[in-house]
Amino acid sequence: MRNLKEIKDLYNKNELKVRELIDFYLKKIEEWEPFIHAFLTVPYEEIEKQINELEKKPKDLPLYGIPIAIKDNILTKNIRTTCASKILENFIPPYDATIIRRLKDNGAIIIGKTNLDEFAMGSSTENSAFGPTKNPWDIERVPGGSSGGSAACVSAGEIPVSIGSDTGGSIRLPASFTGVIGLKPTYGLVSRYGLVAFASSLDQIGPFGRRVEDVASILQVIAGHDPMDSTSSPYEIPDYFENLGKSVKGWKVGFPEELWQKGVSEEVLKVLDRSFDVFKDLGVEIVKISLPSVEYALSVYYIIATSEASSNLARYDGVKYGYREEAEDLISMYKNTRGHGFGSEVKRRIILGTYALSAGYYDAYYLKATKVRNLIRREFEEAFKKVDIIVSPTSPILPFKLGEKISDPLQMYLTDIMTIPVNLAGIPAISMPAGFYNNLPVGIQFMSTFFSENRLLQFAYAYQEMMDFSDKYPSLPQKERA
Amino acid sequence: MFKPVIGLEVHAQLSTKTKLFCSCSTDQENVPPNTNVCPVCMGFPGVLPVINKKAVEFAIKAGLALNCEISNYSKFDRKNYFYPDLPKGYQISQYDLPLCRNGYLEIFVDGEVKKIRIKRIHLEEDAGKLLHVGAGDRLSEADYSLVDFNRAGIPLIEIVTEPDINSPKEARIFLQELRLILRYLEISSGDMEKGSLRCDANISIQTQEGVLGTRTEIKNVNSFYSLEKALEYEIERQIELLKKGEQVIQETRHWDEKNQKTVSLRGKEEAEDYRYFPEPDLPPLIVTEEIKEKLKREIPALPKELREKYFSLGLSQTEVEIIISEKKLAEFFDKSLELYNNPKNLLNWISVEILSYMNDNNISFKDLNILPENFIKIIQMVDKNEITRPVAKDVLRKYLTTGKDPEEIVEENGLKIVSDTSYLQEIIQKVILNNEKAVSDWKKGKKQVLNFLVGQVMKETKGRASLDVVKNLLEEELNKL
Amino acid sequence: MEKQDFKNQLKKTAHLARLYLTPEEEELFSRQLQSILDYFNKLQELDTTNVESMAHVLPLSNVWREDEVRKSISKEEIFMNAPEVEEDGFKIPRILKRE
Repeated sequence: MRNLKEIKDLYNKNELKVRELIDFYLKKIEEWEPFIHAFLTVPYEEIEKQINELEKKPKDLPLYGIPIAIKDNILTKNIRTTCASKILENFIPPYDATIIRRLKDNGAIIIGKTNLDEFAMGSSTENSAFGPTKNPWDIERVPGGSSGGSAACVSAGEIPVSIGSDTGGSIRLPASFTGVIGLKPTYGLVSRYGLVAFASSLDQIGPFGRRVEDVASILQVIAGHDPMDSTSSPYEIPDYFENLGKSVKGWKVGFPEELWQKGVSEEVLKVLDRSFDVFKDLGVEIVKISLPSVEYALSVYYIIATSEASSNLARYDGVKYGYREEAEDLISMYKNTRGHGFGSEVKRRIILGTYALSAGYYDAYYLKATKVRNLIRREFEEAFKKVDIIVSPTSPILPFKLGEKISDPLQMYLTDIMTIPVNLAGIPAISMPAGFYNNLPVGIQFMSTFFSENRLLQFAYAYQEMMDFSDKYPSLPQKERA
Repeated sequence: MFKPVIGLEVHAQLSTKTKLFCSCSTDQENVPPNTNVCPVCMGFPGVLPVINKKAVEFAIKAGLALNCEISNYSKFDRKNYFYPDLPKGYQISQYDLPLCRNGYLEIFVDGEVKKIRIKRIHLEEDAGKLLHVGAGDRLSEADYSLVDFNRAGIPLIEIVTEPDINSPKEARIFLQELRLILRYLEISSGDMEKGSLRCDANISIQTQEGVLGTRTEIKNVNSFYSLEKALEYEIERQIELLKKGEQVIQETRHWDEKNQKTVSLRGKEEAEDYRYFPEPDLPPLIVTEEIKEKLKREIPALPKELREKYFSLGLSQTEVEIIISEKKLAEFFDKSLELYNNPKNLLNWISVEILSYMNDNNISFKDLNILPENFIKIIQMVDKNEITRPVAKDVLRKYLTTGKDPEEIVEENGLKIVSDTSYLQEIIQKVILNNEKAVSDWKKGKKQVLNFLVGQVMKETKGRASLDVVKNLLEEELNKL
Repeated sequence: MEKQDFKNQLKKTAHLARLYLTPEEEELFSRQLQSILDYFNKLQELDTTNVESMAHVLPLSNVWREDEVRKSISKEEIFMNAPEVEEDGFKIPRILKRE
């Protein structure tokens, strides 16, 4: 009962009760948490309530009795939502994010809130005010970030599916580092209402799972227009299962040289070699393409993301909710609250963004970046006139050790070099497990054009049929190592 | 030469039912603090704004009425600054692409028409309110403050003029005319005392043609009167400085109502860096010709057009201003005119009887329950000599309070004019008998007592008799003695 | 930019963002941010003369709602997370520094 289909079959045959399944996973969580710290909150009382509520609901709901973990930057009514920040340590949301409502309405059970880099700012989940999450495949290594908790819990088998958010790779990078599937949908496909904003024009919510079908099941429920999110897509949502299992023979797969050259490690390249045999077997045609402006993507991303973040995080001022450090006067209260409530990386980014928007620098940084962003998008649009899918490594490197990059922000930022262009363009992308190097997972990234999740999933499914790692689990570390 | 150069920045709250970016009520009166609030207007984590269509329409209407170009493409921007009444740490406003641009408003100053150019009109959200608690209720003396977000998110339009205004009086007239237009459009209540219309003024003194002086900005002006007073004070202050050869410092000054002067806001000298950038949570606005045409059709006849119309009817400027002072009143006047084609007489009735009733009850015309048909009925009863003018006044007041048909009021209370001479004779005899002193004065030749005696008769008839008839009959009787 | 100038710039920026930084943080951030900004400067190589800036991914416009009142959360929920409340208001320290 490790994937949704198995669980549903057992439910349908009445061989499994919801409570039994939840207990099974809660036990897994208890086993694994001391080693990986994927969860920030497991709300036992709320879980109990949800199970009771579920009894009144029809059994044919698409996610009936499916436990799911939620990244802790997505608001869950009555369940503490911290963004892994001291500034929201005790914040109890008065409302559910749109996707939480949709998941609950469709029968899912929220099992817990997962760890992340504070306010989703980071690539390793080390920037959590409540301690890092560790990679289940090697607990001395990071799980990637910022949705490290949501990736690690699926990887370790603590939960079958989870939700993350992806601003510059925050779903795909940890999926790659932990050997699971992570999907970043087209910008606007999934409502952002209730997702704590990091960079509003880049943020997008997406699912983690062990199988493409599971990811499709979740997407089916969370995708679609939301009147509370003016940037959410008004277009009709297709059936994401429709294409699964259909052939991809004759598809053109774009190979952007820019993403396979600089900085991709030998180990990663070696593991990904096998995927090209898979492509051959699938009967797809590899087409060399060029995305010349992606070279600038990292700069563009960090300027736009930090600019938007500097504004989005201004609301944490100690007035209405959250942490406050008492002071004699208002400005001292502001500065102490924010200075001590936010962690280092968040402060660094707020300052960077404030600087990029300030008088005299706006044109050179923010305005320039939004123009180059347009160039990058155009290049992707042009590319997708020629190819169906674009392929790249998800990460240029293997999962690195805790502490290895924390003192050099720029090196840390470079980890996202493969995933960032996708967010700038707004297109969907998925990271699929592509193999292991010395028992460390390596992911491959497939990108497709706007709102073509249907075809992206079709391709990923075809790939999965040749490269299936969904039954490969890390082993529980020895107690003495913890 | 000292020529004042003034530009105004006017903020008007739009009278939509809900806030600009959420579905909270905009109701501010008799509402406890933090009642009409929600996660969106309180800036909770994770919330997103959704534009109120009506607010956009109202802003475009203001632009159309003020002869502006309506931008085909317009967008929202974030204005970033920290203040406790600003829940998100930024205000959603419009920076480089406002909804309306390059308009003008013509005002009448001392019989002359003056054109004041409008630079731009943009849409933005209001902030919350702070209550300062402490020794005094002033900011500087407060021990602490309390924040109320009821007002946060109420839609505002900011109307910015070019520096085309050259006197405090022009500024006041401009603001009054602007308010009148907003009220005609029914897009803002325009109540300055309630803060739904607010005005900041930029002012400098030009000493030489073409050379601009250093300007100051005056804030905290809460009435038309204080706008004029504040500008007068500030002009005087700046001219004094210039005469002494001193510099005017570019700064923001507060109008101190109590001491009737402008004061420097020290400590706010630091230039703000608002770090405007496009609001990523809101797609742009595209105002098509279709939208514009639809809104144009919804715009009523505006004061300028009405003024011309009423002048052509032969009304004086004062009379015209009375009629157009409220849109509902002008509409009422027009409808009444269709039933009763005597503008001068109508105006007389309106300005004497209706306005005094409004004053007595401290209400505006729109609060009156009055139908043109019924109003005209009353006037016509007087014209046809069915009731006297004093009775008509009472009938009108009774009608306004009860809403009863005026004819019924006359009927039920027996208010018809008394033309029965034998009945009047009876009363006259009674009055002569009861006022021996007056009668003997009359006999001694004191003819002015006639008015007193007429008054007594009128009193007896409860004003229902024709004055002329009573006078004649009484004189006849007295002469008989 | 000179190191000291940049540090002053950083202090100004931290003030704009209402962030208290320790002297150590000022030193560290100053160094780190300068190298990040150097990296960003690569952008200036690109000619973007005829390129429009991109603020939104999707070509949406006029996304709006009708003017209808809806009540969303209770008074209790409004204040549930507040650091300090007095008489239905959010209490904050005095706005001006004491002279």
